[in-house]
Amino acid sequence: MCLAIPGKVASIDEKDGIRSGRVQFGGIVRQACLDFVPEAKEGDYVMVHVGFAISVVDKDEAERTYALLESMGVLADELTPGGPPADS
Amino acid sequence: MKYLDEYRDARIARALAAEIRRHSSRPWVLMEICGGQTHTLMRYGIDELLGNSVELVHGPGCPVCVTPLEIIDRAINLARRPEVTLVSYGDMLRVPGSESDLFHVKAEGGDVRIVYSPTDAVNLARSLPDRKVVFFAIGFETTAPAHAMAVLQAERLGLRNFSLLVSHVLVPPAIRALLAHPKNRVQGFIAPGHVCTVVGCRDYEDLVREFRVPIVVGGFEPVDLLEAIHMLVIQLEEGRVALENQYVRSVQYEGNLPAQQAVARVFEAADRKWRGIGSIPESGLYLKPSYAAFDAERLFNLSGISAQEPAECIAAEVLLGHQKPTDCSAFGSRCTPDKPLGAPMVSSEGACAAYYQYKRHLVTL
Repeated sequence: MCLAIPGKVASIDEKDGIRSGRVQFGGIVRQACLDFVPEAKEGDYVMVHVGFAISVVDKDEAERTYALLESMGVLADELTPGGPPADS
Repeated sequence: MKYLDEYRDARIARALAAEIRRHSSRPWVLMEICGGQTHTLMRYGIDELLGNSVELVHGPGCPVCVTPLEIIDRAINLARRPEVTLVSYGDMLRVPGSESDLFHVKAEGGDVRIVYSPTDAVNLARSLPDRKVVFFAIGFETTAPAHAMAVLQAERLGLRNFSLLVSHVLVPPAIRALLAHPKNRVQGFIAPGHVCTVVGCRDYEDLVREFRVPIVVGGFEPVDLLEAIHMLVIQLEEGRVALENQYVRSVQYEGNLPAQQAVARVFEAADRKWRGIGSIPESGLYLKPSYAAFDAERLFNLSGISAQEPAECIAAEVLLGHQKPTDCSAFGSRCTPDKPLGAPMVSSEGACAAYYQYKRHLVTL
């Protein structure tokens, strides 16, 4: 129920006094209200919940975290070639 | 999809699970609050990946599950009225009330519509001026801003045929009730990432201080959850107690201020009943008196409708983390997703339904 999905803001327009955007989720495009994320611009990723963007994805944080996690995965693979990491 | 696929990477998940097993000296009891997180944990078998290093218990964070029986009965009552169009999220339709559910009412000719967003319900009210359009507004803090905006939009448009049947609950009062319970076993919490995206982290920091319990704000993908569990285990092993944020790509400490402002304009907090648990102080949101014109409970005089929950269901024990779904004698036999006895079997995000879907092999039926 509290699901929110990251999508890319393709374009922004204003309708009925509401700032809204066309947001791409993979191959699907949906309209989402951007009133809660006034800082969002085209090309940003936003987390969308029931048609409302509730945050702009922090790109730097996402990349930093992911790089850290990935290095952990790579390291584990190197330590245990050909299989999942063994129990310690 | 970007920001999703990379957090489902099996290689990283295995590495994190190995780290958790390596660091954990005992089976720490951890609770994820949100039903979406419960679903991910079961779906990807994360509990099995972790072996005995942690025991995961599942919290009350499924709004569909905790919506009280009497509110479902009120929605059904509305849907049966010839002048009403009842608009709802899809997952509420199967939820059984005392005698029926919204699907059956729809099949019998009731005007029940499913929408993706509350904005769709406002648009429906605009296009159907002769109908009384009631939106069934259930949810936690994540969804409250969208419902507040629907009311503000309807007000701006001067719509007199739009109202909300509100069943909104708040997470921190439920965690407080759970931690204060004499049978509490939970030693660390994964806080719900999207709730915190909206409301921020301050309330959770207060809980950490008040109850000396570690809390990590976590995301919803397998790698997010494993990282949050890892952060909790490290805190517990080091004897630290802190609020930490794993879900930094979405959650800021202050939360989303415009969303909070919309909620504060339209809603106010008061005691609320949770299905399976009972009343929790200050745990719900209600429309403010200044928005009474949008309150379906008042407009349609529904407060007289009340209901009793089935006695056999151990929902309260499951939702508070005291028992597992598989501890219930009705699980998988007299209680299934098709014929649920109680709250956590009702929605796919409920702990019992998630166990039923992914862990049936553990039960001798």
